[in-house]
Amino acid sequence: MSTRINDGIRLEVAGENALMLYFSDDGQESLVITPSISSNVQQATQLIRQHFSVEIIDLIPSYASMLVVFNLLEIDHHHLRNKLKTLLKQCVSVSNKQGRLIELPAYYSLESGMDLQRIAKHAKLTVTQVITLHQAQEYRVYAIGFAPGFAYLGEVDERIAMERLTTPRLKVPKGAIAIADRQTAVYPAQSPGGWNIIGLCPIDMFNAQTEPMMPVEVGDRVKFVAIDKLKFFELGGKLTEMES
Amino acid sequence: MSKLTSSARSEEYAQALGLIVTNAGVLSLIQDAGRYGAFNLGLTNGGPADSLAFYWANRLCSNELNSTAIEISLGGLELTAQVDCVIAVTGAPMPLTLNGQPKALWRSFLVKAGDAISLGFTPLGVRCYLAVAGGFDIKPSFGSTATVCRESVGGLNGDKLVKKDVLPCQAVSKADYRLKQLMLPEHEQPEYANEVKLHTVLSYQHAHFSNIEKRVFFSSEYQISKHWDRMGYRLQGRAIKADVAGILSEGICYGAVQIPADGQPIVLLNDRQTIGGYPKIGAVISQDCAKLSQCRQGDKVRFEPISMSQANNMFHLNLRRFTQTQLISYA
Repeated sequence: MSTRINDGIRLEVAGENALMLYFSDDGQESLVITPSISSNVQQATQLIRQHFSVEIIDLIPSYASMLVVFNLLEIDHHHLRNKLKTLLKQCVSVSNKQGRLIELPAYYSLESGMDLQRIAKHAKLTVTQVITLHQAQEYRVYAIGFAPGFAYLGEVDERIAMERLTTPRLKVPKGAIAIADRQTAVYPAQSPGGWNIIGLCPIDMFNAQTEPMMPVEVGDRVKFVAIDKLKFFELGGKLTEMES
Repeated sequence: MSKLTSSARSEEYAQALGLIVTNAGVLSLIQDAGRYGAFNLGLTNGGPADSLAFYWANRLCSNELNSTAIEISLGGLELTAQVDCVIAVTGAPMPLTLNGQPKALWRSFLVKAGDAISLGFTPLGVRCYLAVAGGFDIKPSFGSTATVCRESVGGLNGDKLVKKDVLPCQAVSKADYRLKQLMLPEHEQPEYANEVKLHTVLSYQHAHFSNIEKRVFFSSEYQISKHWDRMGYRLQGRAIKADVAGILSEGICYGAVQIPADGQPIVLLNDRQTIGGYPKIGAVISQDCAKLSQCRQGDKVRFEPISMSQANNMFHLNLRRFTQTQLISYA
């Protein structure tokens, strides 16, 4: 069921009314996050939005993939597959646009980051070094999803990359700054989740009453700036009891 | 996100008349057919967990299929009507009474101002749908009235129904076409069971599961764990392993079967996260997701592999059966 569209794009089945497009530099499965692949995803998103109307219900662009959810009353997977093939052949690498730089405050500590110690142990580093490495990087917003306002940021320094938990937690607190492999993110609301928590961010990542609803958009750059507990409370942060 | 408080919300609907919640039950949610086109904000679909029962409730009330209704999980919802209206309840066999008198599910009937509607607890299945002729008049958020509690979006205030909520609806008058009382023939009414077969298309990272792992997956019986909700059903049974632990986070479709490192499958449903990084072996077709959502802890499921073309056929056959089934006028 796998179709190769060109050297950089592969098409797979996702579900009854969904197809997946996978993007890479060499036609192989990509586990690497690169700004150029991300730009290709954005380009394909625009092309699909322009060329389809009623056939497509929704799109979820991500780091190196795009979920295409289609309307089974308008088109079937054979036709959509063929149309996407023709359309996306013209997709070529584009230059990577620089987004805005957004700074997010971060209260890193053992009380706000229940997995800090575990990451440090795993990385054979001190907790302070883990915090320093997380702050040192400038991240790109690669995708938004999972929950309203959940922005996927990459890439985390290889030394502090950490696998997801074997069993996801049922409750991750709002504002949790977390790491999964080489991705990092801030949980916009309390939710279940399997990422490793290293601190808390007091800023709202999603608020339907404000315009824009989110402080970041795909393509923006993000830096975390460490703040102390007092500043965290001043900015409206809250400490809730955490599930270990 | 900031939530409108209940009091602010009741003010908004203070002038409206409809059905008043006198007991909200375990989990009663405002739902329309779901929220589509808001994935770019990270908003999930929501919508009725058992869409078939939901659509039947609306058809019985001569409504547009997307009309806003109530999804009642397990039972316990009690309402008092402020206006004359026509309602229908479909889904799991919850004992339904009108002013204490038993009423049948799968048919529409007249409710008079002052009447008390009550739903007991279901011995089988999980969810019921209560629709009203004309639909409940609720303001959509992000294009839909579907309630997703985790996102605090939809419904009256982004949350489940609580006592004293007013669900506005139009009154019916004597000459109204909506007064027509309809029923679904008994042999067309779905049966709910403690065991379901989940037809599944192999997809996503299925190539990362060996043939042996796939055989284990498709030949084993799984039990629904204590974690089952509108977001997803966590199952327990033979663990299966992918040859990768995680993947780059990517879009998750309705019915996707995620396999975390502990090897226990999770079937993702209406309120699922839109993006995730656990490997997925396939996706359950929508009509079987609806059946799964009528199961609870301890119930048993099996997965059966089907091709994308078979899935397509099943979808259209199911749809055809729904559209061609005639309702009976019984009054």
